Amino acid sequence: MWEYTDKVKDHFMNPRNVGEIKDANAVGEVGSLSCGDALKLMLKVDEKEIIVDAKFQTFGCASAIASSSALTEMVKGLPLTEAEKITNEEIADFLGGLPKEKMHCSVMGREALEAAVANYRGVPVPVAEGEVVCECFGVTDLEVKRAIEESHLHSVEDITNFTKAGGGCGKCLDRLQEILDEVTGAKSRIIPMKGPARMTTIQKIKKIEDVLEREIRPALRNDGGDIELIDVDGDMVIVALRGACGGCSRSTTTLKEYVEKTLREQVLDTLVVEEDR
Amino acid sequence: MNDVIYMDNNATTKVAPDVLTAMLPYFSELYGNPSSMHRFGGLVGRALVKAREQVAELLGAEPEEIIFTSCGTESDSTAILSAVRANPDKHHIVTTRVEHPAVKNLAASLQNLTGHKYRVTSLGVDSEGMLDLDEYRKALTDDTALVSVMWANNETGVIFPIAEMASMAREQGILFHTDAVQAVGKIPINLRELEVNFLSLSGHKLHAPKGVGVLYVKKGTPYAPFMIGGHQERGRRGGTENTASIIGLGKACELAGAWMNIENSKVRKLRDKLEEGLLASIPNSILNGHKISRLPNTSNISFEYIEGEAILLHMDQYNICASSGSACTSGSLEPSHVMRAMGVPFTAAHGSIRFSLSVFNTEDEVDLVLEKMPAIIAGLREMSPFWQNRNNS
Repeated sequence: MWEYTDKVKDHFMNPRNVGEIKDANAVGEVGSLSCGDALKLMLKVDEKEIIVDAKFQTFGCASAIASSSALTEMVKGLPLTEAEKITNEEIADFLGGLPKEKMHCSVMGREALEAAVANYRGVPVPVAEGEVVCECFGVTDLEVKRAIEESHLHSVEDITNFTKAGGGCGKCLDRLQEILDEVTGAKSRIIPMKGPARMTTIQKIKKIEDVLEREIRPALRNDGGDIELIDVDGDMVIVALRGACGGCSRSTTTLKEYVEKTLREQVLDTLVVEEDR
Repeated sequence: MNDVIYMDNNATTKVAPDVLTAMLPYFSELYGNPSSMHRFGGLVGRALVKAREQVAELLGAEPEEIIFTSCGTESDSTAILSAVRANPDKHHIVTTRVEHPAVKNLAASLQNLTGHKYRVTSLGVDSEGMLDLDEYRKALTDDTALVSVMWANNETGVIFPIAEMASMAREQGILFHTDAVQAVGKIPINLRELEVNFLSLSGHKLHAPKGVGVLYVKKGTPYAPFMIGGHQERGRRGGTENTASIIGLGKACELAGAWMNIENSKVRKLRDKLEEGLLASIPNSILNGHKISRLPNTSNISFEYIEGEAILLHMDQYNICASSGSACTSGSLEPSHVMRAMGVPFTAAHGSIRFSLSVFNTEDEVDLVLEKMPAIIAGLREMSPFWQNRNNS
């Protein structure tokens, strides 16, 4: 059982500003179903660049919902230039603190806010470039460094609590320690980086789902079949064939010749599609 | 917390009132050491003999085959390490992807513990949580030292065909261990008829207290102790006996035998009513695990597009206790390994809720849960961007 403050409990049980703003002019969406939490933040900004209304939709745990609720309360009535300065620490403070394992929920709030502001200004969402460190949750070294500096993190465990990096398979834990040592040990040193930009698992999932929905699923449905994405592990894409495809003797051909080929063309040419047995 | 509606019995159970009554004297006036020479200690020794018989009776075993331990995890560790030490030339073990961490993590640590590199085959399960026996048969080799497969899964209640699997291992001279922590007391077990070498059970899953467990070791099975010390448990597990808890466990096993029918009639009916009611009244709810080959008390249901911790905390407002396989409750950031092994889609894995009943649950409690759940689920879905997208598209 997590130790939540009364304010977290209140914002979870009675969340403020749930819903949609139909004419929102600043919308930020972060997270995904596979990550276990996601937030869609909608803002209405007037001509003086004041945030006159804020609403949210959240999929996630109690602290994710409470952080979203808190964020909307904090930004309402603020000029955009003030709102964009809000840090994840301030979201957590507004709630009287979050358990440290849940700090990533407040980080999600800040990221949604950044995305909404970028959307309003018509500029691309500021992505921390750099090299993906944690493939499970798609976290880059620059994001890890930013979290270490802004939130004064001292351990790999802290990094996981704030960014989720290292919270999946754990393969990147050594690399996270190296980054932590680099940042805390020699702050002034200029760190060489920027390997080839790789696609994160989450980016892959999004693109794959997109292609499935747009192209593959309609084609299969014509033959009375259907397809479901089960898991993405590195380049391995696990799917389940449903309906008529499920018992079809030619399903392997469909999978390799059609599904895999299409995904390779449109997402990544190293993908391997396997059927969940 | 008198009005708590406790449906989390696969996590732990209430100590049965008769068990507590049986234990109490051994905390106060009957504090003797069963190993002592005086009659005062001997009294306690005799009570342990009776407890051992009660446990053996429930399992269809001989009292000499029962070793008392501190918990299910100790029993699992003892069995697995004993089996690999008994087969120093074999470096392969077979287990499943859905084992409890007590087996899963130990299997992964064998190299550190023994200095030998072990090949571990973790059998997958299908979407209903069932094993493929052909795959199992192919996994057994001349190099296999041990098979360790749980009798029933803690998250879904799915029951594995232990009798058949143990025979198949026996035919090839491979030792067989089963973690039966969830199965004992819920389904009949007769070890005299089975080729099972080791079986683990835990007291607190069957209305005995926490801190006591049992390892069954079939007569003739090579054995090396894990806890080395005095002559207790005939030198097979050193350490002064946890007398009160062992006596409580004996009583609990006697009760479990007497309650076996209730478990498979009344408890099963309540579970079925709860499950059918939830699936019927809540859209996009999915049963996880095989419907038939399953413990009578367990129901694991996914509510799509929402997250488990949020569901549990809303249930907590009504004092309803259950568990979830979501990332936020598993202590890691990923959903439970059991849901992942079954290939439960992302839309559902984070929103899985496990209800696990006991003989102490009532129909009124089931009715209350059925009354409260639809609004809890609907309220959280109202907030979920994925539920909205789904309805808009």
